[in-house]
Amino acid sequence: MPQMTIAKALGDGLRAAMERDPKVLVMGEDVGKLGGVFRVTDGLQKDFGEQRVLDTPLSESGIIGTAVGLAIRGYRPVCEIQFDGFVFPGYDQIVSQLAKVRFRSQGKVPMPVVVRIPFGGGIGAVEHHSESPESLFAHVAGLKVVACSNAEDAYWMIQQAVETDDPVIFFEPKRRYWEKSEVDTAQAPAPLLASRVLRPGRQVTVACYGPLVKTCLEAATAAEADGLDLEVIDLRALSPLDLGPVFESVRRTGHLVVVSEAPSESSVTSEIAARVQQECFYSLEAPVLRVTGFDTPYPPSACEEDFLPDLDRVLDAVDRSLAW
Amino acid sequence: MSDPQAWIPGDPRSRPTRENILSGLRGTDSGGADLVQMLTPEGVRVRDERFEPYAADVDVAALKDLYRDMVLVRRADREGNALQRQGQLGIWVPLLGQEAAQIGAGRALAPQDMAFPSYREHGVAWCRGIDPTDLLGIFRGTDNGSWDPIETRSHLYTIVTGNQCLTATGYAMGQLFDSRVGGSPGDTGTNEATMCFFGDGATSQGDVHEGFVWAAAYDAPVVFYCQNNQWAISVPLEKQTRVPLYQRARGYGFPGIRVDGNDVLACLAVSRWALEECRSGNGPVLIEAFTYRMDSHTTSDDATRYRLADEVELWKLKDPIERVRVNLVREHGVEPEFFADVDAEADALAERLRAFCLAMPDPPPDRIFSEVYADPSPQVEAQKAEYLAYHASFEGGE
Repeated sequence: MPQMTIAKALGDGLRAAMERDPKVLVMGEDVGKLGGVFRVTDGLQKDFGEQRVLDTPLSESGIIGTAVGLAIRGYRPVCEIQFDGFVFPGYDQIVSQLAKVRFRSQGKVPMPVVVRIPFGGGIGAVEHHSESPESLFAHVAGLKVVACSNAEDAYWMIQQAVETDDPVIFFEPKRRYWEKSEVDTAQAPAPLLASRVLRPGRQVTVACYGPLVKTCLEAATAAEADGLDLEVIDLRALSPLDLGPVFESVRRTGHLVVVSEAPSESSVTSEIAARVQQECFYSLEAPVLRVTGFDTPYPPSACEEDFLPDLDRVLDAVDRSLAW
Repeated sequence: MSDPQAWIPGDPRSRPTRENILSGLRGTDSGGADLVQMLTPEGVRVRDERFEPYAADVDVAALKDLYRDMVLVRRADREGNALQRQGQLGIWVPLLGQEAAQIGAGRALAPQDMAFPSYREHGVAWCRGIDPTDLLGIFRGTDNGSWDPIETRSHLYTIVTGNQCLTATGYAMGQLFDSRVGGSPGDTGTNEATMCFFGDGATSQGDVHEGFVWAAAYDAPVVFYCQNNQWAISVPLEKQTRVPLYQRARGYGFPGIRVDGNDVLACLAVSRWALEECRSGNGPVLIEAFTYRMDSHTTSDDATRYRLADEVELWKLKDPIERVRVNLVREHGVEPEFFADVDAEADALAERLRAFCLAMPDPPPDRIFSEVYADPSPQVEAQKAEYLAYHASFEGGE
């Protein structure tokens, strides 16, 4: 199987989606000639033309708002937001129109729009370039929210997102864009909205997504050296959550650690904690512990190593759970 | 009052006084020198050389039809207002005074065109073949608009002010990408345009600015139709702009026209021209329909708190329906029977609207969960099952 970076896998996935359906458009700032600031869409405009790969004005509300109009017209736009912290001018259109047109029209007008957002920190960037705003979208009815963590998922999930008749907010782990892994281009590993057990284990369940999946897998490897057996679940879908595999796992292990870069308050991780205590109350040997970013703005990048959950903080939470 | 000429727009040395601004925005009864008018408030037909060809086919029969449209739409609007006052509707958004602006634009639209309304466009909806009963659910709280936006080529009402200027532009870009613009004249398959409706208040929204930028960048076939009714709830136009709104188009590089929004003939002619421009690939265009909101913003508003009665009285003299009636009588000798028939038809429409409203059932509780997603969400489905079971647990299932 070929090795591919996440960025390349996303580009190849988009290319496959565009070849399959002439109604698929790619639109965003610098996505055409430049190929996107992360080069995810590199080469698409050259091959599909300026009417299918649109270098748009610098205007996020415009990107989402016109995508809604194009979707009413029967197109399937894939919008790129350049960085997580720049999505907010488009947030009004996402919440007020994109998420609600289907419900408002009672299904007469579907909204098959994908909004790609590179998210998360760890790249030493200036303010607004390292945020994890996924909970702000998971809270909005009408949106589906997913995050990929590896090249194979990137390749398949972007295609599955494009085929979805609902709006999908698609989070890409920007600090992992250049990391390579194997991609089976013949068969999708799972449906778009399914979580996956990436590493089976017996003692503690670790649920994570996006850029921290790799961190958690490394933590599990390190724990193994200490004789600890961790189960690692990549959530992949953040709304709706696919918690079946998490419940099943927690019923076996009795311990759950949830890991995310986002601030913890009123977040995807708090939702998981609430649902697990409801579904697995008698199986839990310890409270659900969370390893997250802090409830602060994302710090200046010289502090980000302290802000971002790392291998040691994950293992610290594992130890605390087992010692409860 | 200082001399309006003392401020020259575009001259970097000059700054406008408050009087300068007001004189450009609404200082004259006629809307200023650039106002396109074909029917004076007194009902006299005047020629406008530039737009005359776009009204050339409007004979007596066509003018009578426009009159009928406006009377019926006003009657439906007044009935909506009354139904709210009687507790049958939660709120009503009156169009009173804007009948000509909406019927003129609405009748200029061709079946293949697309309309993006705000929330006051009951007259446009009428022209798109949407029955007034289809509007009631929005205001009674039983739905968010029940018409099919694809079939009627009229999007649902957009309540977040200005959002529709971007969705309309995106739709128009799609018309262009589909090669449905700039075909041979008369070929409806390749001559499509989009019309986007918004008010003077919306022009302060970023989405309207972005809509203008995008439409210009993509040559989108969209007519931006701004009904300047002078008031954004309680805020007058001078809090939104220094220059007359139609002049803003120049900054974006497309034409802007100010039309007498109480003159149905001028609104029709200018809209036809603008739509033709867009259909033939010369979009976008901005139209400022200079009109007046004769009633409150909504039934929840009280306009007497912020505007003077004389202003309303002044605009009563420019009523959009009365000038057509006078013209039909004086210049075309239309008999009283015609007007009586239209009034009777209007009353029948109001009666039908009222009967329909009173018979509207509340939606069942499972409506809450309907069509949130194309693929049902397990979370929402679980909540639905749980709530419906709870609901059914009461005696008689109520």
